[in-house]
Amino acid sequence: MSPAATSLRSRHLLGIASLEPDEIQLVLDTALAMKEIGTRAIKKVPTLRGRTVVNLFFEASTRTRLSFELAEKRLSADTLGVTTTGSSVTKGETLVDTARTLEAMAPDVIVLRHEASGAPHHLARVCKASIVNAGDGMHEHPTQALLDAFTMVERKGRLQGLRVSIIGDLVHSRVLRSNVLLLTKMGAHVTAAGPATLLPLGLDRLGVRVETSMDAAVDSADVVMMLRVQHERMRGLFLPSVREYFTWYGLTPERMARAAPDAIVMHPGPMNRGVEIDSVVADGPWSVILDQVANGVAVRMAVLYLLAGGEE
Amino acid sequence: MKVLLKNGRLVDPVAGRNGHFDVLIVDGRVARVGKDLPVDDAQVVNVPASHVVCPGFIDMHVHLREPGQEHKETIASGAAAAVAGGFTAVACMPNTTPVNDQAAVTKLIVERAAAADLARVYPIGAVSVGSQGEQLAEIADLRAAGCVAISDDGRPVATALLMRRALEYASMFGMPVIDHCEDPSLKGDGVAHEGPIAGLLGLRGIPSVAESIMVERDAALAELTRGHVHIAHMSALESLRAVRAGKARGARITCEVTPHHFTMTDDSLERNGGYDTNLKMNPPLRSHMDRDAMIEGLRDGSIDAIATDHAPHHADEKDLEFDRAPFGIVGLETAVSLCLDRLVHAGVIGWPRLVELLSANPARILGVSGGTLAEGGPADITVLAPEVAVTIRAARLRSKSRNTPFDGWSLTGAVAATIVGGRPRFVNADTGFTWEAKG
Amino acid sequence: MPIVMDADRVSRSLARIAHEILERNKGVDDLAFIGIRTRGVPIAERLAVHIKQIAGVDVPTGALDITLYRDDLMRHAVAPQPVVRRTEIPFSLDGRHILLVDDVLYTGRTIRAALDALIDFGRPSAIQLIVLVDRGHRELPIRADYVGKNVPTSRQESVQVRLQELDGRDEVAVDVVEGAEP
Repeated sequence: MSPAATSLRSRHLLGIASLEPDEIQLVLDTALAMKEIGTRAIKKVPTLRGRTVVNLFFEASTRTRLSFELAEKRLSADTLGVTTTGSSVTKGETLVDTARTLEAMAPDVIVLRHEASGAPHHLARVCKASIVNAGDGMHEHPTQALLDAFTMVERKGRLQGLRVSIIGDLVHSRVLRSNVLLLTKMGAHVTAAGPATLLPLGLDRLGVRVETSMDAAVDSADVVMMLRVQHERMRGLFLPSVREYFTWYGLTPERMARAAPDAIVMHPGPMNRGVEIDSVVADGPWSVILDQVANGVAVRMAVLYLLAGGEE
Repeated sequence: MKVLLKNGRLVDPVAGRNGHFDVLIVDGRVARVGKDLPVDDAQVVNVPASHVVCPGFIDMHVHLREPGQEHKETIASGAAAAVAGGFTAVACMPNTTPVNDQAAVTKLIVERAAAADLARVYPIGAVSVGSQGEQLAEIADLRAAGCVAISDDGRPVATALLMRRALEYASMFGMPVIDHCEDPSLKGDGVAHEGPIAGLLGLRGIPSVAESIMVERDAALAELTRGHVHIAHMSALESLRAVRAGKARGARITCEVTPHHFTMTDDSLERNGGYDTNLKMNPPLRSHMDRDAMIEGLRDGSIDAIATDHAPHHADEKDLEFDRAPFGIVGLETAVSLCLDRLVHAGVIGWPRLVELLSANPARILGVSGGTLAEGGPADITVLAPEVAVTIRAARLRSKSRNTPFDGWSLTGAVAATIVGGRPRFVNADTGFTWEAKG
Repeated sequence: MPIVMDADRVSRSLARIAHEILERNKGVDDLAFIGIRTRGVPIAERLAVHIKQIAGVDVPTGALDITLYRDDLMRHAVAPQPVVRRTEIPFSLDGRHILLVDDVLYTGRTIRAALDALIDFGRPSAIQLIVLVDRGHRELPIRADYVGKNVPTSRQESVQVRLQELDGRDEVAVDVVEGAEP
């Protein structure tokens, strides 16, 4: 058991891959304190006053972007939002040049979402600011995995030994990769399921059980996490139709009956109702999907707070 | 002009020589090879006893980028890189801008190479117009202008029918068709070898079968047409199996492998924080099993040649996210040290086999002179210093581009000198070799 | 490691402070304790128990974490962040007479941070400060209304407060440590 961390070892958060279990625990513990701030009348603390955080989003994302923005504002930081449409990126400026232009204005943190796996790693090599990965291509989405873990602990009391099933378009999912890394590091039992055309290689190396049967995956699960299936996948010859996908892999109340009693249902959003998840389940008693959103702000506040004092 | 290379260890498998011999060069040609040749009025060059003298190395797969992309490399800078790397000749691929699908472009390449006056440059012409895969290029014209082979490299030869016709047509001139084997639908928008490493890094994969399925196609067509197909930059275990099977059936199929494919694997993608674009090339670095299969093929003779697929790219072009960076790494100046350290010193192959892979077989496949030091033939000679330690430094490469994954590697084995047409075009004084008048 | 207050002395000081609170305040109804984490919290709880014993009234008690309000965060180029714990104040501050409780009063910066936090929570009618130990060296114009013991110290010393609830025993000791803060 590693000694308890009191800070994060890196000044960046590029992925769960480089976090030790004690650092993950530190983020979860700090998020608990941060969550209380959202219950006050004045939802603000002066901690990051005078700090500048740039939200550099090269991919559309309302949910994650707003969540980061709110987290930054609750910590009293100055936030700047840069999105691809209407910026110089569309004029052909490279990622590094865009970041360097921003750096000239001395931001303390750059929160980056990009469609290319490894983009935050590329920036971290050249930028002085701390880089927070808000989702890179198919690679990682570390704050999502952290807020998912926070939600699981909130509802289930623990991660160790928890049976978590993650189902959907696995091969294209950064949420899957980050969750698998985090949950296996913290001692949960992970099952990943989806059609064979959407299974990534390498999961078994991380100790994950891989299924192509939805029923087998949901059976006795404490947590069922559904991933979005994009309509592009039909065109890429991964899936025949939405109808077939929903029939064989959709989360319906009948399938939920196979899960453990008191099982919870999670989804990183946005949901495709009727594709991967039935509305009855999405809006039903098992669902903690809206809690995930609330917890996202607390977790992101914790990450920003901890990075501000991190070592090189 | 007479020069006597004294006493190097000569390795020339085609001539059946492996021992200490003198080589007398007269007016740029090999006049005599023998023991203790009389000096007469020749300039004597004493080759250190530890050095190895070989028929000049030929890199049969390079990209010289001229015409059209001279910011990456020119024929002059590429030829300088070649001789620094121990190569007396290179064959350059047609994917320039414009594509080398017509005699005018071939002639430009030939002229620029002559002006540079360093390594010999053999142009490879396109199979199809613009390498678009629709219409045959004017292959006879290209041949007459100086092309030694045809290829649509950068892309596969687009259809089985086009490959068939190209093999039939080119074999009239004794030219091989060199194929960049890759099924586009299976490759998709992949950027790394399809496997657990790419899976965890979130990089779209290129499965081995994308390459091997095309190798199988080409072997079948070579058998049908009795033409000669040469598989470029082979990387996958399955491809090597297909080559062996084709050869066993009597098809005229040859293949080459690059130094990065017999030294590196996709594990490297995780190093230094990951996503190093100097590890991005096509075909990609594959698994341990594939790398080991390439080594076995070099050992057992089923691989015919080593070629670098030297692909220079400007630093700005590679300073991008992994997905967006272009494929390719330079190789001319690192190949020989990698071969000496990882093949010869590692005990995988002996000296005669090394010369086959780097000289004799490329010369035979392309139908060009060289590959052996025959009396009357051109004095194209590579002198090696097998015991000299080398540290690869990207900043000191003579190529215009620096995109190499081998920066900082410490290897044993260096190029001592590269002699083309009897004149030294590159001498590495650090190896104790000097070309100076004595006696 | 000289002990300046033993368990008995701690206990008698807290009992005395509880009486002082009742003497100085007309009525107990508006009072509320807020302990500053970490050791201000058990002290606040003990004072609430004393008041209950003396006056029979339950005075609400809350816990305040002031980490996020400190003025010395982010000033160090490379240093670990202090650990943040939950604030739990289960009552409204509006119109209340708040008794802010901490174990040691030193520079006064912790109390300043606590005041900033409390203002964000609501509008108390008054705030008074209770400390177990006042060790001097104020850097801000802050004073305690109730003090367990005045312990003059030098800046090279540090005051260690141990409490039964957290450390297994009650005692206040003074250590000599270079550049230490309590």
